[in-house]
Amino acid sequence: MARITAGVTTSHVPAIGAALDLGKQDSEYWAPLFAGYEWSKEWIASEAPDVIVLVYNDHASAFSLEIIPTFAIGCADEFAIADEGFGPRPVPKVIGHPDLACHLAQSLILDEFDMTVINEMAVDHGLTVPLSLLFGQPREWPVKVVPIAVNVIQYPPPTGERCFKLGQAIRRGVESFDEDLNVQVWGTGGMSHQLQGPRAGLINQEFDNAFLDNMTENSDDLRKIPHIDYVREAGSEAIELVMWLIMRGALGDAVELLHRFYHVPASNTAVGHLVLKSIAAQR
Amino acid sequence: MKENSEFDDIPGTTVFTAQRSHQGFHLNQFCMSLMKPDNRARFKSDESRYLDEWQLSDAQKQAVIKRDYNAMIAEGGNIYFLAKIFSSDGVSFLTAAASMTDMTADEYAEMMLHGGRSPQGVRSIREGR
Repeated sequence: MARITAGVTTSHVPAIGAALDLGKQDSEYWAPLFAGYEWSKEWIASEAPDVIVLVYNDHASAFSLEIIPTFAIGCADEFAIADEGFGPRPVPKVIGHPDLACHLAQSLILDEFDMTVINEMAVDHGLTVPLSLLFGQPREWPVKVVPIAVNVIQYPPPTGERCFKLGQAIRRGVESFDEDLNVQVWGTGGMSHQLQGPRAGLINQEFDNAFLDNMTENSDDLRKIPHIDYVREAGSEAIELVMWLIMRGALGDAVELLHRFYHVPASNTAVGHLVLKSIAAQR
Repeated sequence: MKENSEFDDIPGTTVFTAQRSHQGFHLNQFCMSLMKPDNRARFKSDESRYLDEWQLSDAQKQAVIKRDYNAMIAEGGNIYFLAKIFSSDGVSFLTAAASMTDMTADEYAEMMLHGGRSPQGVRSIREGR
């Protein structure tokens, strides 16, 4: 049986990818950021997960305004790296796990989550920056990935409550897959940031740290945060944090905090990162 | 956009609703076209001519040519789509975001280094907090 053993959350700021790709990770600006991921890199090398169900959002790369799926799952053999306007990032293509992805698509839809099924798509920094942060710059990614793309670009994104429940359904789906797989669920994006308008640059460290606390201590409170509160308190793009709740829902009732990191700034954004271990079955 | 009027209470912030997506459809689709190197080259060689291939309003065209990102957002642009324009220009997200504020790029970068913009006073116009 496949099992969800752990979860990772991390911001996915594009400038982090650019810093790595341009060899700037040891600079005064970037070194403190990358230092916060050193523990996690060692941890994941020893964990050696088989598959990551990677929750992220596309940033106008695979999905234009023609079609805007709320929840989509990537079932392809592999996913190309998107050209976001300055050429594709020089990172390996992402290898999928179509058997698990197709099983999950069926399981989730029959579990009343109406997923959009994607058989071909390019993936952008939202998915590749988290991989780079945890795995560095390998020739090939040492893990297979099932991408779950969530619309957080066009209002409204799914609610935090809905995201949490999708996470719970992902856990049921993974646990009903016959193959013996070590699966992690990652939730990416956030934390506080606003990339547009005269209020650009907003950072709310108090909001972010309370959110980090509640990821382990009281996720029920996080599920109830209305969209307006994310926008008002933590910036228009902070609403990406609903994707963290998919990861949290997938880990079950009780989690153990293995690693926590918070850093301001990376470009316009507050970076948050958690590694959580799943320690109990869900209700 | 009555149902989303609560967002109007947040200063300096535009939420990209379905209505704005409809308003900015062609502008944002033009931005997507810049993901292809050939299109980027054609756009850069003659911006006005390239923009004429898209069903844009005059206000949208002028906003693009002036690289006025606040104006593009007012005309239905979404920042993640507009990012294709400044990425094609070789401009960072930090500099592009700064251009929408009342600060210079250096002042804005300095603010970010010191913890970013405080939410104090920019949460709600109505409640003055």
